[in-house]
Amino acid sequence: MTERKPVCMVEAINLALHRAMADDPDVVVLGEDVGPNGGVFRATVGLHERFGFRRVMDTPLAETLITGIAVGMAAQGLKPVAEIQFMGFIYAGMEHLVSHASRLRSRTRGRLSCPMVMRTPHGGGIHAPEHHGESTEALLAHVPGLRVVVPSSPRRAYGLLLAAIADPDPVIFLEPSRLYRSVQQVVEDDGQALPLDTCFTLREGKDLTLVSWGAALKETLEAASRLAEEGIDCEVIDVATLKPLDGDTILASVGKTGRCIIVHEAARSYGPGAEIAALVQEQLFYSLHAPVQRVTGFDCVIPYARQEMAYLPDVDSICEAGRQTMRGNDQ
Amino acid sequence: MPLSVPISYTRYLDDHGQPSGELPGWVDDPQLLLDFHRQMTLVRAFDQKCVALQRTGQIGTYASTLGQEAIGTALGRAMTEADVLIPYYRDTATQLQRGVAMQDILAYWGGDERGSAWTAPGALEDFPICVPIATQACHACGVASAFRIRQQPRVAVTTCGDGATSKGDFLESLNLAGVWQLPVVFVVNNNQWAISVPRSLQSAAPTLAHKALAAGIPGEQVDGNDVLAVYDRISIAIERARAGKGPTLVECVTYRLGDHTTSDDASRYRDADELSEAWKHEPIGRLQRFLHGQGLWDEEKEQQLQRDLGERINAAVEAFRSLPEADPGAAFDHLFAELPERYRQQRDELLIRAAALGGSAHD
Repeated sequence: MTERKPVCMVEAINLALHRAMADDPDVVVLGEDVGPNGGVFRATVGLHERFGFRRVMDTPLAETLITGIAVGMAAQGLKPVAEIQFMGFIYAGMEHLVSHASRLRSRTRGRLSCPMVMRTPHGGGIHAPEHHGESTEALLAHVPGLRVVVPSSPRRAYGLLLAAIADPDPVIFLEPSRLYRSVQQVVEDDGQALPLDTCFTLREGKDLTLVSWGAALKETLEAASRLAEEGIDCEVIDVATLKPLDGDTILASVGKTGRCIIVHEAARSYGPGAEIAALVQEQLFYSLHAPVQRVTGFDCVIPYARQEMAYLPDVDSICEAGRQTMRGNDQ
Repeated sequence: MPLSVPISYTRYLDDHGQPSGELPGWVDDPQLLLDFHRQMTLVRAFDQKCVALQRTGQIGTYASTLGQEAIGTALGRAMTEADVLIPYYRDTATQLQRGVAMQDILAYWGGDERGSAWTAPGALEDFPICVPIATQACHACGVASAFRIRQQPRVAVTTCGDGATSKGDFLESLNLAGVWQLPVVFVVNNNQWAISVPRSLQSAAPTLAHKALAAGIPGEQVDGNDVLAVYDRISIAIERARAGKGPTLVECVTYRLGDHTTSDDASRYRDADELSEAWKHEPIGRLQRFLHGQGLWDEEKEQQLQRDLGERINAAVEAFRSLPEADPGAAFDHLFAELPERYRQQRDELLIRAAALGGSAHD
């Protein structure tokens, strides 16, 4: 049976979890409050009732443990989907992600592997408490052997989560909490995964390529509309899988437009924008009409709720960067 | 007063190889006792060979298991092939008992990933050696959770040193094992030293086994130099776990007769008298004296055993030496199930760099 009513992202994630668990008995869900409570964001609602405590496990409040047992389960061929309640609490599990999950296959030359998914809310803008607005995806994307995926809509959340669960290697699935309930879409609950390691072109244009992911795509798309009114035709790319990066799609777009701006919530220095900018200049230096720009969060601690919006890339900043880029070498 | 909770301590043989009480019934099986002796003797000889190979630059840093041969031998023997070992880095004895080939162990310490790609049928699902401290305890709980989810009568066994019991991973794992009543056995090799830091600076707990109590699971001590005691108690713990009766922590009290690794020099921080005193309690001589007393062993058999083991070890070293150089591209080939196209070029670059090094890529 397929669902046809519009759903928000957290409901789409819930649909994908239900679908994956129903289709594959090896899929299990674990984390804090994921059981009868259905997760603090309600992403796991109904799973405990439907699949039982053996496959939907409330763990003790210990993120190192959650990450570590997911590694052990995955090595046994289960497909654990672990939830870390907020990205700001993922660090306790970093040793397991960096030293084990990412390299179990490599260390054993394929004798063991680690098909786990680590889901965690990502990014700011929901006026949550301290440590609840992190965008530290670069820490994870830097690690060889990890996939890092960020959906930007209910449909992509559904399809990419199914793909992440089916993937034979570890995937970090970062869910933009700002988008959890703010956008609705019809999502076909058809069990169809979307491709990983692939960018999605959300809007086609010939003048300027805007590259972003997650919640920042909301402002990026809005900026593209506004710039269009000024006669600047933007192409908007949703990176979706930060690692491994689909450079081909980005390069093809920038090859066409000759201009590129990367928009991300994460702090600027050593952020994923730097990697994308480096890739573009390595491959397209001589066909660029203007320097590659970044519109990002800042190299400061993300402010608490009252001022956090000042930290996040806004439509005006993206538009201004767009105008500057268009002036570019013609200045 | 919680600290007054008694922790049991099991020993069957004293330092002279004399029974210190009634022995368990299985001791009547002479073959098992001879197997223990043979295996522990192999471990010690192989261990010495590893240290010698490191000293002559043929393998890298190695963590000697000298003086702790009884623990891994007994532990490996107590497990069935269906069980899974999640070891730490001082588990040569356990790995050998599980059937991992000596040449694989040499390959691992010799800097070759293929050393953890063993094909030993009894150890196919065993984890590779774990270097980051105590993290393996969490993996063991995950493996045990998988057994529980699939309702398989299998047991996860994990090992660590005394220092690892200070880490959150260890304590979080004990805690979970208790809450979920997981089929897991935690074996602590308390060899008194975490590199240069003595047991007394790791914890104010009267024993490391006490740490189990706060997790609501049984904890006990055994004489880690008495292979009979280790085998007996760990067998019981494993069968208890298999029967669905939950986890156990077994602290094996022993002594690290060697340095932490070949990169360490314990004479910088450890009293020579303490070391020579510890030698009086080492496990192999103790079992040998017991076997002599039982009429199961003599000098001639010992010499024959040493010759046999020497030949086996030399053959393994030869096999290790003649292992062809690995394909450098394997670093990418095993990064993911399928290499993303994006990394093809990096793989090619790595091959070019490796080729430029020629046959000296491993130097």
